[in-house]
Amino acid sequence: MKIKDIMQTMAYGPAPESSAEARDWIKTRSVIPHFIGGKFPAPEGETTEVYNPATDEVLTRVALGTEAEVDAAVKAARAALPKWTALAGHERATYLYALARHVQKRERFLAVLETLDNGKTIRETRDIDIPLVARHFYHHAGWAEMIESDFPGLSPVGVCGQIIPWNFPLLMLAWKVAPALAAGNTVVLKPADLTPLTAMAFAEICVEIGLPAGVVNIVQGDGATGAALAGHSDVNKLAFTGSTDVGRVLRRQLAGSGKRLSLELGGKSPFIVFEDADLDAAVEGVVDAIWFNQGEVCCAGSRILVQEGVAERFFAKLDARLQTLRVGDPLDKTMDMGAVVSRKQLARITALLAQGEAEGATLRRAPVILPETGAFCAPGYFSGTAPAHTVSQTEIFGPVATTLTFRTPDEAVTLANDTRYGLSASVWSENINRAIETAAAVKAGVVWINATNIFDAGAPFGGMRESGFGREGGRLGMLEYLTRPQIARKPRLEPSAPDIAPFTGKADRPAIDITAKLYIGGKQVRADGGQSYTVMGKNGAIGQAAMANRKDIRNAVEAAAKAGGWGGVTAHNRAQVLYFLAENLEQRRAEFVAALTAAGTPKPGDEVEAAIRRAFWAAAQADKFDGSVTATKSRHVTMTVNEPFGVMGIVAPDEAPLLGLLALILPAVAMGNRVVAVASQSHPLVGARLYQVLETSDVPAGVINLVTGERDVLAKTLAEHDEVAALWYCGSASGAAMVETASVGNLKPVWAETGVRDWQTPDPDLLRKATQGKTIWIPYGA
Amino acid sequence: MTHEFPRMTGSAFAPDWFETMAVNASAAERRAATLTTRRTVKKEFQAAWLARAITCIDLTTLAGDDTAGRVQRLCAKARAPLRGDLMAALGLDQLTVGAVCVYPTMVSHAVRALEGSGIPVASVATGFPAGLTPLPLRLAEIRYAVEQGAAEIDIVITRELVLTGKWQALYDEIRQMREACGPAHMKAILATGDLKTLTNVYKASMVAMQAGSDFIKTSTGKEDVNATLPVSLTMVRALRDFRERTGQWVGFKPAGGLKTAKDAMNWLVLMKEEADVRWTMPDLFRIGASSMLGDIERQLEHYVTGRYSAANRHALA
Repeated sequence: MKIKDIMQTMAYGPAPESSAEARDWIKTRSVIPHFIGGKFPAPEGETTEVYNPATDEVLTRVALGTEAEVDAAVKAARAALPKWTALAGHERATYLYALARHVQKRERFLAVLETLDNGKTIRETRDIDIPLVARHFYHHAGWAEMIESDFPGLSPVGVCGQIIPWNFPLLMLAWKVAPALAAGNTVVLKPADLTPLTAMAFAEICVEIGLPAGVVNIVQGDGATGAALAGHSDVNKLAFTGSTDVGRVLRRQLAGSGKRLSLELGGKSPFIVFEDADLDAAVEGVVDAIWFNQGEVCCAGSRILVQEGVAERFFAKLDARLQTLRVGDPLDKTMDMGAVVSRKQLARITALLAQGEAEGATLRRAPVILPETGAFCAPGYFSGTAPAHTVSQTEIFGPVATTLTFRTPDEAVTLANDTRYGLSASVWSENINRAIETAAAVKAGVVWINATNIFDAGAPFGGMRESGFGREGGRLGMLEYLTRPQIARKPRLEPSAPDIAPFTGKADRPAIDITAKLYIGGKQVRADGGQSYTVMGKNGAIGQAAMANRKDIRNAVEAAAKAGGWGGVTAHNRAQVLYFLAENLEQRRAEFVAALTAAGTPKPGDEVEAAIRRAFWAAAQADKFDGSVTATKSRHVTMTVNEPFGVMGIVAPDEAPLLGLLALILPAVAMGNRVVAVASQSHPLVGARLYQVLETSDVPAGVINLVTGERDVLAKTLAEHDEVAALWYCGSASGAAMVETASVGNLKPVWAETGVRDWQTPDPDLLRKATQGKTIWIPYGA
Repeated sequence: MTHEFPRMTGSAFAPDWFETMAVNASAAERRAATLTTRRTVKKEFQAAWLARAITCIDLTTLAGDDTAGRVQRLCAKARAPLRGDLMAALGLDQLTVGAVCVYPTMVSHAVRALEGSGIPVASVATGFPAGLTPLPLRLAEIRYAVEQGAAEIDIVITRELVLTGKWQALYDEIRQMREACGPAHMKAILATGDLKTLTNVYKASMVAMQAGSDFIKTSTGKEDVNATLPVSLTMVRALRDFRERTGQWVGFKPAGGLKTAKDAMNWLVLMKEEADVRWTMPDLFRIGASSMLGDIERQLEHYVTGRYSAANRHALA
C-alpha cells in the first residue's frame, strides 16, 4: 500500500512478533516429555498432538502421563523432600530468586511460546502473564526468606500435587509452584494437555538454575493423569485450578484421604455499574473483564449489571467500544484478542451462545472479520438476558457477557449474589460509600473497585461458594502450603448407636425429670420426629436427649440463615455477648461440673474452667483477628478482610462434651458466623444444658443452634445442605469421608478431624478456618 | 484546510452535561497506559502515520526573543517540513505542517512568510499564557491578531473560573472570545496542568465546547505539567460526548511536552481509538510542538535508508 493512501486510511498494518526462536525450540522437541527427578525420561505412555489454536497447525506432541510415571514423579518429590525442607529459608529464597530472574531473562521467549500454545495475544503474554510470573517468584522468594520468622511452628505439608488449567499456563504454574517451594514442599505438577509448552520451558529453567532434582516434577497429561496424581496415596496436598465440575470430582476422590485440598474453580462474576460511575472507565473495564484473554478467565466480569438510569448511555458507549476491538493473529502486537484455546472450546462457547439466543437474548458482537483458520470467536455481549437464562448462570468461558439492569444498590447486590459462584466482583462508582458497601455485600473472594482483573502476588486470590476454597498469593496463600506438625492421635471411635426404646436397665434418674430439647432459632423445640434417645452416664442411664432428624437440621439452618445480622454487628458487640456468655457459664459452673461428672468426664472442673476461659479468648479475638493491607501497586489500597462464611455446620467431638463443643462454636461465632452445632452424641445432655446459658447471654436468636441426635445422620444433612457454607466435623474416619463426599453439592470447605484432641489450649487456626479472605482492590487518585 | 462539516457553533450553557461527571483518574491512567501497548504501527504504515503527524503539527515559537527573522525561518520549515529526497522516497509530492503558531505581534511576519502556501497562521491571544489581563484587553488582543491575518486563535481560559466552579462565567467569557474571533477558528487552551484533576479537565472541556470553541487544547506549554495521555484521553472523551449530544465536530490539540515521533504515534493512536480515524486529520487534530518535527524527520530518514539518522541532516526550523 502506498504511504499516501495509508495517510488517508490510517490503518495499523501488520505488526507481527517473531516466533522464530520459539519455533526452533519446539522443533527440537518432537514430544514434550515429563520432568521427573531432574530428568526428562522418554515417555512410556501415549502422546497427543499440541496445536497452535490460532493456525490449527500441529506444533509438537505431548506425553500423557501414566500411573507409573505419576508414581515415579511422586517418589522423586518424596525423595527430594527432606533435604529441601531442611534448607534454611534463605537458601530456598535464593532458588526462587533465580527462578524469577531466569523467567525475566527469557521473558520474550516465554511470551511467544505461550502465545503459540494458547492463542492469547502477545500483548497479554508479554505485558501481563510473564511479568506476573516473575513477580510471583520474587514475592515468594521473600516468603522463603521470612519463613522462620513469619510462620513459627509451621512446617511444610509435604509432597504437593498440583493441577493447572490452560488459560494462564505459566502463570498458574507460578501461582502453584512458588508458594509450595517457598514453604519447603516439593511438587508434582500436571499442566493442561492443551498447553504443555511453557511448563516444559520452566522445567528447563529449573535445570538451568540448578534446582535440586525432584523438588519440581512435571507430569504432562490429561484428566486421567490428573486423577492418578490426585489419587496417589503419597501426595499430602492437592491444589487444583480448573472447572467446578472437575473440582467436584476431585473433592469426591479425595474424601476421607486426609489430604489437604484447595480448589480455585469457575465463576460468573458480577460487573456492577452504578449511575454515578465514570461510564467511559467502566466501558474500558468491560474490555479488561470479559474481553481479556478471550474471556477464558475464571474471574471474568461476565454478568454486567447496570443501573437503569444510565443503561442506555452505557450500552451506547459499549457498542461504540466494541467497534474498535481487533481480533486476529495473536502474535500481531495490535490485537486485542487472539484465538480461544481449542476448536473444542470454541464449539462449547458457540453452543452456549446459540442457546442464549434460543432462549430469547440478543447477541451483539464486534464487527470483526475472523481469520479463516484457527479457533477465533468474535467478542460481544448479550442484551435482554434475565437471571433465569442459561447463559446468565453458566460460565461461558468465552468473550461474551450477559447484561442486566437494576434499580437500587440493594437490588444490584441481590442480583450480583444470585449465583452459585463467588469468585470475584467488579464495582464501578465514584461514591466511595456506595462502592465499599457493595464490596462488603457481594459474595466474592476478590472485589475490584473501579478496576477489574488486577493481580498481584501479594494479594490473596480465590473464591467463595462453588468457586472453591483456599487462597493463592500473599500470607493466606502461604498458609495453604504450611501445616502444624502432626501429632499422633488416638482415632475417634463410632459412638454407640442411639437407642430410642424405653430404657429399663440401671438408671441414675434426677429427682425431677429433665427435658432436653433442641435449641433452634432462639427457642427450645421438641425434635420433629418426636423421639428421644437414652443417654448413658458412668453408672447407667442419666436421661434422654432429643433425637433430631433431617427436618430439625433444615429448621436450624433456616433459623441460622435468617440471623444474618450477626455478621454485620461490630466485633465489639460480638465480644460483649461472648464475655457475657462466659459470665453466665461461671454462674452455672457447679451445674456443668455435675453434668460432666455424670457423663463420666475425667476432669470436669478443669473442663468447665477451660470452657469459661475459651469464651474469654474468643471474645478477645473477635475484634483482633484482622485482615491486612498489602503493598501491591502504587496508589492502590489492597486489603484483605476476614469474612465469616455465613451459616456453618459444627459437629462436636465425643471427648470433652462441653469444651469440645464450645471450642468449636465460640471462634466460629466470634468471627461472625451463625452455627448449627451437633452436640456430642454420647454426652448430649451437657450440650443441651448449654442453651440455657445462651438464652441468658443475649445471643441473638438463630446465631447458635444446638441439636442432639445421631451424629453422622445429622452431619450428612449438614454436609449436603447448600445453605451451609462451611463444615467442621470432629468424628470418625468413615464419618469424615462421608461428610467430605456429601459436601460436593455446594463444595463447602470441610475441616474434618478424626483424632482425639486435647481441647485445653485454644487453637488459633480455628479463627482462620472460620473465615474466608476477601481481597478488595481500591485504586485511588483525584 | 477543507471542512467536510459545518463550523462549530457550540450550544447554550448546559451544566447538566457535566455537573455530575466524575472522571476516575486511576482508570484513565490505566487506559492511557495500555492504549500505547495495545497498538503499534510498523514499517510503511509507521512512515505514513509519521507523515500524517507532520500535517497535524502546529509549528510553534512562543518565546520572549522571537523576531521577524526567527518567524520567517519557522515558516520556511512549515512550507517544507521534510527534505525533498525523503519526500520522493516516500512517494509524497506535497506536505506541509498544520499551521504556524506565534504571538500576536509576530502574526504579520508569519502571514507574509506563508503567503500562497495555504498554511494558516495561528496566534495565541488573551494574555497568553496566564490569561489574567482585563477581559476587554484580552478581547482586543484577539481582534488585533485576526486583523493581522491570523486564521486561528489559541485563547487561554481563566483558570480561576474552573477552580472555583464558576461555569456560567467561564462560558460567558469564552463566548465573547469566540465572537471576537469572528471567522478565525478558536482553540481554547484549558491549561490542564493548572486544573489538576481530570474531572476539572472534563468539565472545562465541556464548557469550552458549549461556548463554541473549534478546538480544545491542553496546555500553553508554560505550565508545570503539559499534555499527558490521561488528560488528553479525558478531553477526547469529552469531545466525543459533545459530538453525541450536538452532532458537532470539535478538534483536539495536545501541546507542550510532545517531543518525539513516538509521542506523535501515541497521540494518533489515542485519536483513532477513542475518537475516530477522522480525528487524525489536521482539521480536527493538531499537535502543538516545536522539537517533535526534527525527531519525525530522523525516523522517516531511517525508514527510507535503513540507517539511523542525525539531526544535522535536516533543516532547522
